[in-house]
Amino acid sequence: MEWLMGLSGGLMIGAAAAMFLLINGRIMGISGVFGGLLDGTGRENTAERGGFVIGLIALPALMVQWWPSHTHITGNWPILVLGGALVGLGTRMANGCTSGHGVCGMSRLSPRSILAMALSVGAGVACMAVMRHLLGVI
Amino acid sequence: MIRVFCSFIGGSLFGLGLWISGMTDTTKVQGFLDVFGAWNPTLAFVMGGAMLPMAIAWRIVDRRKTAMLGLPFPPMPAPRFDRDLVVGSVLFGIGWALVGLCPGPALASVSFGGSGGLVFLIGMSAAIVASRYLMDPRSSQTKRT
Repeated sequence: MEWLMGLSGGLMIGAAAAMFLLINGRIMGISGVFGGLLDGTGRENTAERGGFVIGLIALPALMVQWWPSHTHITGNWPILVLGGALVGLGTRMANGCTSGHGVCGMSRLSPRSILAMALSVGAGVACMAVMRHLLGVI
Repeated sequence: MIRVFCSFIGGSLFGLGLWISGMTDTTKVQGFLDVFGAWNPTLAFVMGGAMLPMAIAWRIVDRRKTAMLGLPFPPMPAPRFDRDLVVGSVLFGIGWALVGLCPGPALASVSFGGSGGLVFLIGMSAAIVASRYLMDPRSSQTKRT
């Protein structure tokens, strides 16, 4: 059942990205949409970015009312800070994350996006192997 | 105003999709990267499902000049593999595996992630602001207007 939920949710994520592209004319990349709000590079369309971020937070806030949260975010603060910092820096350097490069770029067969996702997944797999199975930290 | 409204609907649909797909659950994401342990393939189904509507959307883009609200479509970036793309993607992958959150679920976690999600988001936001000063000035990201 997990795979079916994954597929259904994935279709919604893709529909959101398609809508954002065909109506607003923009790439639905969260690191870009959110990053532009933070560092001032998205000053000319702040409201459009803000609207997206508010929707992204509001819907899960609504869902959690009758579908209890099932996340397992670690309570290890040094790991949280380090992980957050690497995700923030990495996605800005690479100019995209799982949504921008993964959903939007790979579906366009963009060589940059395909390389970016291959490297991210590869690094993630290596990190899991070392940090979980070798060192037992996560 | 219509632009902001459509953007809000898009964000909401994205948030709903994240929730339904289970990508808000860090164990499913870490499980996908844990190929040497209890591998969880859910993320592959989410990515496959998400790429379907987008593959169709790109076909529509090919036949049109502008988006419905008038903006020209974003051009395909030149296939240039610069240092920032490679280093950034690797750093992102490591952080992604450490906690099991990427930027979308990290933002959404404000509504369900408790203090852990918030600490991650603060670290991520600080790094986004700092990244402007750490990047190669020739890269496409810093040149973008």
